[in-house]
Amino acid sequence: MAHISENGVKTIREICGRYAGEKTPLIMILSDIQKEYGYIPLEVQKIVSEETGISVAEIYGVVTFYSFFSLEPKGKYVIGVCLGTACYVKGAQQIIDKFSEILGIAPGGTTTDGLFTIDALRCIGACGIAPAVTINGKVYPKLTVDQVPVIINEYKALGGAN
Amino acid sequence: MALINIKIEGVSYQVEEGLTILEAAKKCGYEIPSLCAFNHGECSKGSCRVCLVEATGARGLVASCVYPINEGMEIKISSPAAVAARRASVELLLSNHNVNCQQCEKNGKCELLYVAGVTGAREGKFKGVKTPVTVDRLTSSIVRDTSKCILCGRCIERCKNAHGMGILGFENRGFRTIVAPAENRSFANSPCILCGQCVSVCPTGALMEKSEIDKVDEAMKAGKHVVVQTAPAVRAALGEEFGYPVGTAVTGKMVAALKRLGFHKVYDTNFAADLTIMEEGTELLSRIKNGGKLPMITSCSPGWVNYAEYNYGDLLEHLSSCKSPHQMLGAIVKSYYAEKKGIDPKDIFVVSVMPCTAKKHEKDREELKVEGLADVDAVLTTRELAKMIKRAGILFNKLPDEEFDGDLLGDYTGAGVIFGVTGGVMEAALRTVYYVLTGKEHEAIKFEAVRGFEGIREASIDINGMAVNVAIAHGMKNAKVLLDDIRAGKSKYHFIEIMGCPGGCIAGGGQPIVRSCFLPNEDDDILDTYKEKRAKALYSEDERQVLRQSHNNEQIKALYADYLGEPNSHKAHELLHTSYSAKIGFND
Repeated sequence: MAHISENGVKTIREICGRYAGEKTPLIMILSDIQKEYGYIPLEVQKIVSEETGISVAEIYGVVTFYSFFSLEPKGKYVIGVCLGTACYVKGAQQIIDKFSEILGIAPGGTTTDGLFTIDALRCIGACGIAPAVTINGKVYPKLTVDQVPVIINEYKALGGAN
Repeated sequence: MALINIKIEGVSYQVEEGLTILEAAKKCGYEIPSLCAFNHGECSKGSCRVCLVEATGARGLVASCVYPINEGMEIKISSPAAVAARRASVELLLSNHNVNCQQCEKNGKCELLYVAGVTGAREGKFKGVKTPVTVDRLTSSIVRDTSKCILCGRCIERCKNAHGMGILGFENRGFRTIVAPAENRSFANSPCILCGQCVSVCPTGALMEKSEIDKVDEAMKAGKHVVVQTAPAVRAALGEEFGYPVGTAVTGKMVAALKRLGFHKVYDTNFAADLTIMEEGTELLSRIKNGGKLPMITSCSPGWVNYAEYNYGDLLEHLSSCKSPHQMLGAIVKSYYAEKKGIDPKDIFVVSVMPCTAKKHEKDREELKVEGLADVDAVLTTRELAKMIKRAGILFNKLPDEEFDGDLLGDYTGAGVIFGVTGGVMEAALRTVYYVLTGKEHEAIKFEAVRGFEGIREASIDINGMAVNVAIAHGMKNAKVLLDDIRAGKSKYHFIEIMGCPGGCIAGGGQPIVRSCFLPNEDDDILDTYKEKRAKALYSEDERQVLRQSHNNEQIKALYADYLGEPNSHKAHELLHTSYSAKIGFND
């Protein structure tokens, strides 16, 4: 099981504290943790449980229900390919397949160099620009299969520098 | 409450405002097929879609369990569309269900099979993806088989309501959704206390006790000297499995059945409940006199002991060191009884019939063994005993009433009987503590103040000028309140009784399933009243006893005189006491 540093525990408690007055704080807490660390392992869920009184099983249920949350560390660049109905009929499957082929990972997976993660997303509400892909929040509208290697190379050029 | 007008199948009725269609229909004489209605208050609100009906003003069919009635509403239960929709809902549930009914332990008490029968649903109409299966058989107490789970969520609600814990939750989404402890762990690697409350609400065989009937069969076959004991709460509920009204004590018939099942000795755990009182009462008085850890907390309920070890490792010194009664009886059978009867303890097999699933785990605890030998070899739930009786073809209702074996460990008092209900251990202890401190019996015998079903009860009892402050909690949600006070140094009590299951053992996780669909002759409110009815059966048996205080049990006196010396003696500690240790809930 993952071991969390004292500082990490402090940060997680602080994040929980931000929403102390909220009636249903869980999603907000988990979102902040996801943004801060990129994933939410069970050890972290246990701290959230202690702070909020919400059971670990319930927290785990929420984390595994929403694809936005992750139990494992994600890559530096998270490629979210929308597979909602509109994007799907506009060829999103071929797009996600191309990303998988070039990066050598299945949707949900992360490259061994820790650079890329591919996420299959349900509708992201951008049907007007289908098929849509997001990379770390940046939206790529009406993407074609030919653009996929170009985009990957752009991010590879940026590299792993933090 | 204001009345409003509704119509069901064209007939006008006046019903209270604010009810759901399902509730209103029930008051008008209709039982709409559903899964949650058998178990009100504990489902995830409209998730199973079995109770669909037509209602005016609604768009399409509505789930009657969550849809409220309104003025002028016309409801159709038996319209072709509603009938077909309910059947399809059940068929969809069956399409992702392991339909292996004749091999299922739940056979005969499965609500899914019941609604399938009522709605005319057939398996195999829909074929599609099935959820990946997990079967958890790691603990001695509970088996979780996701292939039988219909994702109703009742177990999740019950765990939360009873204990404020929520060991179980929904995980993943879509066809991969399961109900499980976090990370789909085994109960063994989670802080589950194994109380079995989830088992008692599961509509199917997804959550069941781990059966030990085979172990008993093998012991009989191997020619062991098989001694059986029954907990007080078993007699108050076993009859329900054979059509007796809820709350009927069937002590005599239960004993007769056990004798016909071939057990060599049939004893009552009540004898050991009396023994527990002698040991625990003495321990309490010695803690009070000698400045020991107070409050002292009872240790009869293994679910509660598990909870304490997982969550209050810093307070374990507050727990009485007494083993639970059935373990005490096992220890005495394999020592005193074995010696008197000239039987090698290794040839004795002790079976406990308990209203409890946590007892199955308790009997395997290393801390309880005496020289490597377990006190108890197999624990059967009340439900398992009923299965054995049915399997043997015994017509329970036609049995004569018979008596427990009377030799050596056969006597019991009314104090032992009431151990099965919340407040009972406390009352039994007070009867004896009162006597020890005053030299005379408490005149009223009863201690009314500690009875009832409030989650937390407290009383201050004046004994010889000394105010003995006591409290009782059942269900871990309530226990937590008292425990947090102890932790904060705010507790004013001398003695606290804690039982794992809400209501105490009478409503334990091993008791017969109470569900209106299987109890057609009971009142509509049986789910609200069954605990009180079962408790009443025990309190009446207490009142029928000539002896009602543990210290007046002649065979207990003889056991001390002949063998143990005095309560809390060295020998008593060796056989009847145990220890606890803090445990980590999510161990890997």
